[in-house]
Amino acid sequence: MLRVKGLRVEVEGHEVLHGIGMHLPVGEVHALLGPNGSGKTTLIMAIMGFERYKVTRGHILFKGEDVTHLPLYERARRGMGLAFQRPPVVRGVKTRQLVEMCAGVEDVDVDAIARELHCEEFLDRDVNLGFSGGEIKRSELVQLTAQDPDLVLLDEPESGVDLENVALLGSAINRLLERELEPKRDESLKERKIKRRKSALVITHTGHILDYVVADRGHVLMDGHIVCSGNPKEILRTVEKFGYEECARCLR
Amino acid sequence: MSEVRETTFTREELERVGIEPQGYGRCGTFIQEDERVVACGVHQPGVDLLPTRKALENLEGARDYLWSALEEDPELGEFHNGYFIRAQRDVKPLFPVQSCLYMGREGIKQHVHNIVVVEEGADLHVLTGCTSGTRRGTHVGISEFYVKKGGRLHFTMIHVWGSDVETMPRTGVIVEEGGVFISDYICMHPGKRIKMYPTAYLRGPGATARFHSVLVAVPGSYMDVGSRVYLQATETRAEIISRAVSMGGTVMARGHLIGEKPHIKAHLECRGLLLKEGGMIHAIPELEGKAVELEMTHEAAVGKIAREEVEYLMARGLSEEEATAAIVRGFLNVDIMGLPDALKRELDAIIKQSDQESL
Repeated sequence: MLRVKGLRVEVEGHEVLHGIGMHLPVGEVHALLGPNGSGKTTLIMAIMGFERYKVTRGHILFKGEDVTHLPLYERARRGMGLAFQRPPVVRGVKTRQLVEMCAGVEDVDVDAIARELHCEEFLDRDVNLGFSGGEIKRSELVQLTAQDPDLVLLDEPESGVDLENVALLGSAINRLLERELEPKRDESLKERKIKRRKSALVITHTGHILDYVVADRGHVLMDGHIVCSGNPKEILRTVEKFGYEECARCLR
Repeated sequence: MSEVRETTFTREELERVGIEPQGYGRCGTFIQEDERVVACGVHQPGVDLLPTRKALENLEGARDYLWSALEEDPELGEFHNGYFIRAQRDVKPLFPVQSCLYMGREGIKQHVHNIVVVEEGADLHVLTGCTSGTRRGTHVGISEFYVKKGGRLHFTMIHVWGSDVETMPRTGVIVEEGGVFISDYICMHPGKRIKMYPTAYLRGPGATARFHSVLVAVPGSYMDVGSRVYLQATETRAEIISRAVSMGGTVMARGHLIGEKPHIKAHLECRGLLLKEGGMIHAIPELEGKAVELEMTHEAAVGKIAREEVEYLMARGLSEEEATAAIVRGFLNVDIMGLPDALKRELDAIIKQSDQESL
């Protein structure tokens, strides 16, 4: 699904990522861990193609195609989608209109999607205007559900959300990723899992979201380098016990 | 619609300024081309619609409304009609009255005098479209609006002018106790020059005035547009909201609120968006408080379109052009203002053009 090779990224003239390599196979969910300021957001913003995040070296391959220099919307149209952590207010544009735009030419039932995420009441409000932290997260997921991307990039989906709503977000993410599966009569759960195509890269600071969304692999980002990749739960347990200082030792 | 004579305007020209050519969904229609009234008919009991000259000659009490909301200016000379509309006491038509002032002769100076009277408890919506088939011309529209106790007047005006047209409307509004005056003004084709400063006087307690304008200045145009409200009684309310986009033209976005009595509330908002080099937006909000215990606020902002917002929409699969158009449409509140479809499409085309030129 996604392969990142030797990626160096500059933000306002300063190099933030110093050569990132990563492989996200089709159907997998990877967690991106690391302390504040380590470059997690920069990495997913660069993958998505935002102007402020300049790739100076390396490549981003999406579904086998080199998209390093493709404009943002072309990547979106090829199946990348991102949930923003702090999206801007767009005055005069109603959330409903935006969700319809997300669906592109596809016909979607905006009200049904919104209902699942308890968002009906703000469909007719200006995009993100006066939204609480939790409302922003839900609104972002409503948009992504309408967009239905193959690669989902999530930037701290649980930050500023109370526990009850983390569960709600978790199940919406699982639906988005085709992970709320049940065995069928003619198809075992395993067979259904193999057919799963949706992938995700999830930034999480606390790891709470991983209680609901099962990650296949975790990567620790420190000072613009990936210092460790492995079982996400194990990494989180280490971090909880010894802090990211222990991860920093792997940097030396 | 009655008395239709030979005219030079097309169906499309009327639709661009929100006029329904067959009068569907309207309770009355008035059309004047140059000096001639070509249509004038109403099918709603309790609503009078006449050419102004005829009203002043035949309608009892009509003369009382001439030069009562505006100061008479002898230099203007004789006027050629315009419309006189009166909604009688407690009459609340479901559909609006539409009026069109059309300039068809090259170089014409169209001078009209319009009067709208909303009697006690009545509720009227007037839709006015002013436009020209010519490149050159001058439009002087004098308008006097009277909203009586508990009445409500919603006045929507759309201007579409030829490239060298100059427009100088003058508008005075008097609102009595508990009355409401709402003005929506849309101008995306300002011609060469447009200068207007409609003024409302809130005379009775609890009266309300709201001015909302949407302005798009194309290259070569100069728009000096403001609204002024005198809050002359207690508990009166006023709101002025102006949204201006410069595609290279100049906009002077003015607003002036004068609070003369206590316990009034007034807000003024001027927002400007510069989409192209060479344009200018000058926001001039003025607040004048003359009593204690009043609340008057203003907000002004001029800037370019936020890159962050464009990219947000692009991340959802919209091209840069589509994203920009969506943001500008939202900024201008086009959907709320009830812009005719033809004008919505034109707005998109204007934005598209400015995008291509800036590449």
